[in-house]
Amino acid sequence: MTTIQDDNRYDLTGARGTRGRWGDWSLMGVSGAATLLTVLTFGMIVWKIVDQAHPAVGKFGLGFLSGSTWNAVNDQYGARDFIFGTAVTSLFALLIATPIAIAIGLFLADLSPKALRSPVGAMVETLAGVPSVLIGLWGIIVLGPIVRDDFAPVLASVLGWTPFFSEPAFGYTGSSMLSAVIVLVIMVVPIVSSVSRELFTRVPREVQDGALALGATRWETIQKVTIPYVGPGLLAASVLGLGRAIGEAIAVTQVIGVTTHGLSLNFFNTGDTLASRIAGQFQGAASNLQIAALFYLALILLVLSVMFNMVALVIIRRVERKRG
Amino acid sequence: MSAGAASGDVNSLEGNDWRTRRRRFVNKLMIGLCALAALLAVAMLGLIVVTVFLKGFKALSLDFFTQPTPQLAVGQSEGAGVANAIVGSLIIVAIATAIAVPIGVLVAIFTNEFASRRVSQFVRLMLDVLNGVPSVVIGIFIFGLLVVGHGQAAWIAGVALAIIEVPLIARSTQEVLSLVPSSLREGSAALGTRRWQTVVKIVVPSSLGGIVTGTLLAVARVAGETAPIIFASSLAANVVSWDPSQALSTLPFSIFIYSESPDPNDHELAWAAALLLMMFVLVLSFLGRVFLARNQRKLDGNVGTGSIALGRYLGRAVEPMRRSRSDDTDAV
Repeated sequence: MTTIQDDNRYDLTGARGTRGRWGDWSLMGVSGAATLLTVLTFGMIVWKIVDQAHPAVGKFGLGFLSGSTWNAVNDQYGARDFIFGTAVTSLFALLIATPIAIAIGLFLADLSPKALRSPVGAMVETLAGVPSVLIGLWGIIVLGPIVRDDFAPVLASVLGWTPFFSEPAFGYTGSSMLSAVIVLVIMVVPIVSSVSRELFTRVPREVQDGALALGATRWETIQKVTIPYVGPGLLAASVLGLGRAIGEAIAVTQVIGVTTHGLSLNFFNTGDTLASRIAGQFQGAASNLQIAALFYLALILLVLSVMFNMVALVIIRRVERKRG
Repeated sequence: MSAGAASGDVNSLEGNDWRTRRRRFVNKLMIGLCALAALLAVAMLGLIVVTVFLKGFKALSLDFFTQPTPQLAVGQSEGAGVANAIVGSLIIVAIATAIAVPIGVLVAIFTNEFASRRVSQFVRLMLDVLNGVPSVVIGIFIFGLLVVGHGQAAWIAGVALAIIEVPLIARSTQEVLSLVPSSLREGSAALGTRRWQTVVKIVVPSSLGGIVTGTLLAVARVAGETAPIIFASSLAANVVSWDPSQALSTLPFSIFIYSESPDPNDHELAWAAALLLMMFVLVLSFLGRVFLARNQRKLDGNVGTGSIALGRYLGRAVEPMRRSRSDDTDAV
């Protein structure tokens, strides 16, 4: 505030002259140009990826989506297995991560003792900031062997009768869809819990106090008042996490094994996703058509992630506006 | 804990019939489960940080900082380092930040000070959408745009990372710009200043702390980005180079390839590089918090510890601050 009084550079006589008008126009022009550039960048991303995918789109058309081969020798490419791998790993990761994340959101917004709130919140945020390549490194060297030697045999003996956890023909490996799911859970939980915490803190105090005053327990208040109030926002938080999960390339590439087993639901098998195929195969791309096919995969990924993000953002904004 | 409606003391439930007992039990159980979930997240962070620290610390040495990276999986990693990767990471992140900070701040100035409501909402949406584009897609885009025909180069990786940084910096700057009290703007206007003078001399300086925070967190975010590097700057020689027109080795990419090597010595190198990267990211995000708290004090005139969301939704981060502000003004 002191700046105004102390600052003698405000030349009142000159300020209203033409110089000032030029200043206004040029600041508006430069900042407008920067904005236009940013908006155009998104347009350029879409255009460039569609453009580069063109040969593959022309050759395979929509059949690419259901094509099951990815063969560089006879130049046949299809995305089915990768779409499947992305869907299975992301959805299962979300299925595990969402309840955990919502519980964390509730804890941080409502239940935690005051002294714990800020440090625990900071730690959850920090987990979101850990680079994915570090989680991948941990996943491949530390988690992989644990999954292979401990998790997998136990899961197989308890849940081996389901299609998800039957013992694979060639024994357990550290690189598997199971490892990928675990890594994705670690990466998605902080995002979803941040957003749901935000939403929970927006629930008006009076409404919650009302329920408590009527004799509801803390949990009954959460169950009957807080969660319904936030409602679709939690779904949106989860969709936002889904958007992150399908786009995660590096950590997944490190732990999933990057070899598909068709449409196998067995989590002990290795797998591959859209993102990990793009990241993993890129340098080895042999033909132009293969590169175009990778761009086609990127196009699918782009459409999916933009769609999920838009849906989530629209819902979250609606919930946020509810109060005022 | 003292009893009271606000803290929802369970003991306020009178009686001891089975129904009350059950409600009390469910209540305690669910609160316990929520606390357990939070504990799980904290433990996960602890596990990763401690593992990286222990494994990385063992592999640290002077050579690690002075020697270049070894060839992959040929048993040369004894006495090798990541000097070239450190230099490469610094150059690429510096280029990205030099591009992204002015653009990001200008975008925020345009939407907050000049644009109509509708335009500003549209830009905000575009920033959020751009923020949601997976980094591997940005990588392959930059490959198609710049690498095809030119070959890989560090500056191209810088451009790719700048695309990731711009929405982060723009969104967090928008949030802090909107925190600047309108009384400051009005005071400035009442003195007869032009709009650009108000923006350049009043609005931007008073939100500088927030801009710095947004930048630090964006840098922390892209320092660990690996996917765009694969496309733009991965075919690098194992020598220290400062030339941004060549592909340069980076810390995240080194961690990525050495982690997949069959040679355990390469793993050592990956852990040490991971420790370096982790320290860098943690220190930056800590500094970011400090700056944000300072800026908030400056704007609010009172001390407060704003909770800031590190991660993708930087914009959302400053939200609680703004809410507490508007609550204050409502009360007055």
